Amino acid sequence: MKITVRYFASIREAVGRGSEALDTAAATLGGLRDELIARGEPYAPALARGKAVRLALDQVMSDEAAALREGAEVAFFPPVTGG
Amino acid sequence: MDTVARVVIQEQDFDLSAEVAALRGRDTGVGAVCCFVGTVRDRNDGASVSTLELEHYPGMTEKAIEAMIDEAMRRFDIRAARVVHRIGPLQPQEQIVLVAVTSAHRGESFQACEFLMDYLKTQAPFWKKEQTPTGARWVDARVSDDAALARWGIASRNG
Repeated sequence: MKITVRYFASIREAVGRGSEALDTAAATLGGLRDELIARGEPYAPALARGKAVRLALDQVMSDEAAALREGAEVAFFPPVTGG
Repeated sequence: MDTVARVVIQEQDFDLSAEVAALRGRDTGVGAVCCFVGTVRDRNDGASVSTLELEHYPGMTEKAIEAMIDEAMRRFDIRAARVVHRIGPLQPQEQIVLVAVTSAHRGESFQACEFLMDYLKTQAPFWKKEQTPTGARWVDARVSDDAALARWGIASRNG
């Protein structure tokens, strides 16, 4: 299915782009993360397991168990530090 | 009152008096206004900070803060709330964020203001990057921020 992936802050810098359109076979956000890690550089170190990576699905804070759907907007970012 | 946006993300500075006047509007039932203003410090984690750059997630940021204000309205007997958050490069002493709340009596707006700030620190998609003498660095989330939100019975997935 076709989705949009967005990256912010240190993860955006590590991946080297702010967003991209993807065609993925992943069923969940966690599956998508694994798929991106499997690409190797620069995704593997940016999204590595054990790193504090937060996720949003269609602009709502989410977790890896959340199901992907056609046209979804997924975001990967580090813990937030506003205020 | 209803025409004033509850959430504003902007590069430019804000004027506290003007913001409070807009928030109060024509509401004659307001007996208390509680405001929190966050400002840029010149030191953080043992290093001097010359510039603080704020990045956000356009669209999601506004939605997340709107949801927080809705939650504050459910939890506390408040009349109105407004959040102004700046983005872009900021210098020490500059204002970063305003949380302003009105209520009939002070207790509710004090509580709601703190609740909104605790919520915002851990749930609104903003990130800070500091310029220090040894280079730029992203600010790490604090465990204490998650603990602050936990006081309100909300588990954070942030820190």
